[in-house]
Amino acid sequence: MGTQHCPGRAGGGSLSCAPLRRPIRRDLGYAAFFALGAYSFGILTWPTHGLEWSFWIVILLVGPIAAFFGLVIGAPTLRLRGDYLAIVTLAFGEIVPNALRNMSDINIPWLGLNHFNLTNGTQGLNPVGKPVINLTAIFPNMQPFVVGENANQTHWYFLVLVVGLIVLFGSRRLDNSRLGRAWKAIREDETAANCMGVNPVRTKLLAFAIGASFSGIAGAIFASMSQAVFPELFRFNVSIFILIIVIISGMGNVWGVLVGGLILTLFDRVLLAQLAPPLLHSLGEQLNSDFLRGLDLSLYRWVMFGTGLLIVMLLRPEGLFPSKVRKAEFHELDEPMIEQEAPEWRPGGSAPAEESTMSDRDES
Amino acid sequence: METILEARDISMHFGGLKAVDRVDFAVERDAIASLIGPNGAGKTTFFNMVTGLHKPTAGRIFFDGHDISGKQPNFVTSMGIGRTFQTIRLFNNMSSLENVLVGMNSRLRGTWYEAFLHTPRVIREEKQASASAMALLEYVGLAEHAHEFAKNLAYGLQRRLEIARALATQPKLLLLDEPTAGMNPNETHEMTTFIRRLRDERGLTILLIEHDMRVVMGISERVTVLDYGKKIAEGTAAEVQKDVKVIEAYLGRRAVEAFTQ
Repeated sequence: MGTQHCPGRAGGGSLSCAPLRRPIRRDLGYAAFFALGAYSFGILTWPTHGLEWSFWIVILLVGPIAAFFGLVIGAPTLRLRGDYLAIVTLAFGEIVPNALRNMSDINIPWLGLNHFNLTNGTQGLNPVGKPVINLTAIFPNMQPFVVGENANQTHWYFLVLVVGLIVLFGSRRLDNSRLGRAWKAIREDETAANCMGVNPVRTKLLAFAIGASFSGIAGAIFASMSQAVFPELFRFNVSIFILIIVIISGMGNVWGVLVGGLILTLFDRVLLAQLAPPLLHSLGEQLNSDFLRGLDLSLYRWVMFGTGLLIVMLLRPEGLFPSKVRKAEFHELDEPMIEQEAPEWRPGGSAPAEESTMSDRDES
Repeated sequence: METILEARDISMHFGGLKAVDRVDFAVERDAIASLIGPNGAGKTTFFNMVTGLHKPTAGRIFFDGHDISGKQPNFVTSMGIGRTFQTIRLFNNMSSLENVLVGMNSRLRGTWYEAFLHTPRVIREEKQASASAMALLEYVGLAEHAHEFAKNLAYGLQRRLEIARALATQPKLLLLDEPTAGMNPNETHEMTTFIRRLRDERGLTILLIEHDMRVVMGISERVTVLDYGKKIAEGTAAEVQKDVKVIEAYLGRRAVEAFTQ
């Protein structure tokens, strides 16, 4: 299993941007919170620090920690929209891993920190904590159970599944709540939402905080699963991969993102990484072609994702499994507005022509 | 009569432009009042100051005994001022029902973690909210369009949905910005009847901006006229109609001369 092989990351990460995508359309900072979550987990469980807290306690702490950083990063970007927000959050995605890389030698005299090694630089934190289910207090005969012992990935599968389902149903519930409606309303028309009693600052900050905490928890699980945390894991392509999943599968649809994440991860990790090399190798043997024998398709992963993204954008901009809202938005210009028959209560009906006379009478 | 909204010596300047200039203005409880004036007279700017979208350059606004000048729009809404917009500003890609539910935002207490956990309290609250949103849609005649996207509604229905959304904020004072804009005489008549019903049945105070003099004269008990940001006349519809300054503002000096000759 490669260091990037993590269903938890793809699933949890891309689901975590579902709330973020609502009011604030383009946030490319997922990797930042993913890294923060992973590092928070690493720092609190790395044996060298001597903390070695329990996985379960740390995973509960990581949510609030990531949410806090979500607020710190979210607050200055509140006034930004669209591309500008994308640029700033993209920068944060670069800053966070770099900052973490350089936190191996902290000197703050008034805090008593002298050459304090928080993150162990490029080598990273290794090993980090594993989840241990220890019920000896209740069942004295039961041995403590270590999730992922002897590199058993099945345990992880179920843990990630449970967390993924919690996130999934949680986001569904949030979507259909007062907050979810406020998110949608702000995305549609911030001024009107504000005049209908929605507090835009609070609503947007909550989006940042909740999105960040989902990402952070995914990062913590990823850290525990790969048993190591180092800066190289959180390069920009993590954000891009998550974004590609969301865009290709269709924005605003949790189920679509789930299926899309599954397909793309399978394509990337199983087809490109596991199935393709032996197949190409034997094909190369047959045809006696050195090129095919040595071809490693996973090197062309980003070319394929990029091409796929382009094709989807050109042919089906709303994504493969869009929510009906997104579909409506993307095809707003294709079809004329549905003009309805005049309803019974109003003889005469409405005439679009009158709308244009209205604009003449607009008051500044 | 008790005043519900009072603006004292209020001004809004955008650079050198005095959009509203030292206006005193009061609305009495349970009244239907109108703010009229030619294009660019500062009517919408006045609304925006009351609802908190603009912070007045000078002066104070009192609502229901509280100073609301310069407060955030969401705070003003929670105090009990609902509004509609001159150009319809619905949440286009949300259903009619959702639009109304957004209006209830400041009246609901459910938090995000309660929604996440689906606590009984939040489930109950959501049920009640949906029921009262449906009731409001029924009231404005949109019940059968509850699950349609707002943008797919006919123009007149969109106007009604905007009013329903404003009503969902549970206002004491409703500000309507040109509710009959772009409507034919028939529709206009329907709307004026509806506005009167709102006051009589729901006990609202209504302040409307209107261009159409016939609408204003038909339903307003009190009319205030703005021109170039200044208040030029105030009184009953009949009084204002005869006011020389008003005729001049609307029709020009020549018209006044023609009338008086």
